[in-house]
Amino acid sequence: MARAVVNVPPKAKRGDIIEIRTLVGHVMETGFRHTQTGQPIARNIITQFVCTYNGAEICRSDFSPAVAANPLLIFTTIATESGTLEFKWTGDNDFVMTASASLAVE
Amino acid sequence: MTTRREFLAAAGALLVTLHPRESDATPAMMQEAVRKVVGDAQIRTGKVKLDLPPLIDNGNVVPLAVAVESPMTPTDYVKAIHVFNERNPQPNIISVYLGPRAGRARITSRIRLADSQTITAIAQLSDGSFWQTTQDVVVTVAACAEEIS
Amino acid sequence: MRLVTTLLIASVAGLLIGRLDAHAGEVPLQDRRSGYEFMSPETRAMQDDEVANPATLWILDGESLWVRKAGTANVSCAGCHGDADKSMRGVAVRYPAFDPDEGRPVNLEQRINACRTGAQQAAAFPYESRELLALTTYVARQSRGMPIDIKIDAQLQPFLERGRASYERRQGQLNISCAQCHDQYWGKKLAGNPIPQALPTGYPLYRLEWQSLGSLQRRLRNCFNGTRAEAYPYDAPELVELELYLMWRARGMKLETPAVRP
Repeated sequence: MARAVVNVPPKAKRGDIIEIRTLVGHVMETGFRHTQTGQPIARNIITQFVCTYNGAEICRSDFSPAVAANPLLIFTTIATESGTLEFKWTGDNDFVMTASASLAVE
Repeated sequence: MTTRREFLAAAGALLVTLHPRESDATPAMMQEAVRKVVGDAQIRTGKVKLDLPPLIDNGNVVPLAVAVESPMTPTDYVKAIHVFNERNPQPNIISVYLGPRAGRARITSRIRLADSQTITAIAQLSDGSFWQTTQDVVVTVAACAEEIS
Repeated sequence: MRLVTTLLIASVAGLLIGRLDAHAGEVPLQDRRSGYEFMSPETRAMQDDEVANPATLWILDGESLWVRKAGTANVSCAGCHGDADKSMRGVAVRYPAFDPDEGRPVNLEQRINACRTGAQQAAAFPYESRELLALTTYVARQSRGMPIDIKIDAQLQPFLERGRASYERRQGQLNISCAQCHDQYWGKKLAGNPIPQALPTGYPLYRLEWQSLGSLQRRLRNCFNGTRAEAYPYDAPELVELELYLMWRARGMKLETPAVRP
């Protein structure tokens, strides 16, 4: 039941810098933990995040095991035109999560 | 009721915890990770601001903000922000790739820190230059070494 | 977890040497402070912001579960209760509540499972399962900001007394009681973190230590482990009695669900 939450203002003026806040549900198992009996727990993390704005990449990130569980990433972009922001997280064990948000620019 | 075995295991764990782990990253590992990103370029100090709480509630979830002074125009902008550490099991934390469309070079996330240590943030600018800053943090509860109970 | 538990034992033992004979009274009502006030500004900001608060992920799951038909009765929560923001407002602040069918208090998780097995004719969700946590948090969230409203009548009085006795009883290899840390030493540091007053104003909550959302019973079981006592199993009546006492301790304080705590 992993999910993602993205927060983009629904509208903005052309040229405004808007803040984009993203949260994705993921355990981000580091690969450095062990069970009580000493068995290693395999790494299971998100490795990459990409955000596109009407198809153009505006932000990309490489996550390591040092990114906390349920990763949060907040960044900005200039509101250039109305359209769609697409978000995609990929990682170990073929993990893929996507989200999208609409932005109206006047 | 706690068994004798569990009690001895706890006593043993207390002794074991007094010895440092061999699997931690070292400053040398961090330098190598930095070189992979920066190559032979000189890293200048400045332009980068790291925001980490000086005293941390829990090393599992540490708020991090990095901001870089830059006009963020198509000819003068921040290409990437890289964050490194020297005491977690591995030296990388996060890399974020921006561009002139970002408007501002500022990112926020949450990270894990295994121990009190120095964190380094390096900004890569469009002109090929690298700038860095560091911050010391005190972590009272370690993140990466946790065992499932 | 072992390392933390071991450090905790060492810290508590050191803290209490020489004070084992002290008896503490409850924190006076006007001196009560939520665990929120003992946290750093950054952790508080995490609680206050819907996107930064990871519990939002569970609330979204709860929202889906609320409208999902289940069981042989093939009915969803919404089928009987309509919109949760209307029907569930004011519910969580009254729990644990007396259940006449059970003849004892039940907590919100148990109430939800009673609907699962009764009205929906579906299997109960296991305690601390993702589904139960999601639904409980979603329901409790509808009361966020409202004062905790536990009223003790003649029916609930004996259960409250048992919960309070549990709270005041020395237990575990460390032979300490909840009261000793949370009534006597609140505000002082233990393993680097300030000791709060045992006022569960924000459950279920996202605990940084767990890197996940969990129930009050999960937290209580951590405390039992911390004193090196055997923890009651999930769903145990002893835990519900303790929850009743603790929520009654927090009466009048605002519900913060879903909270964030270190």
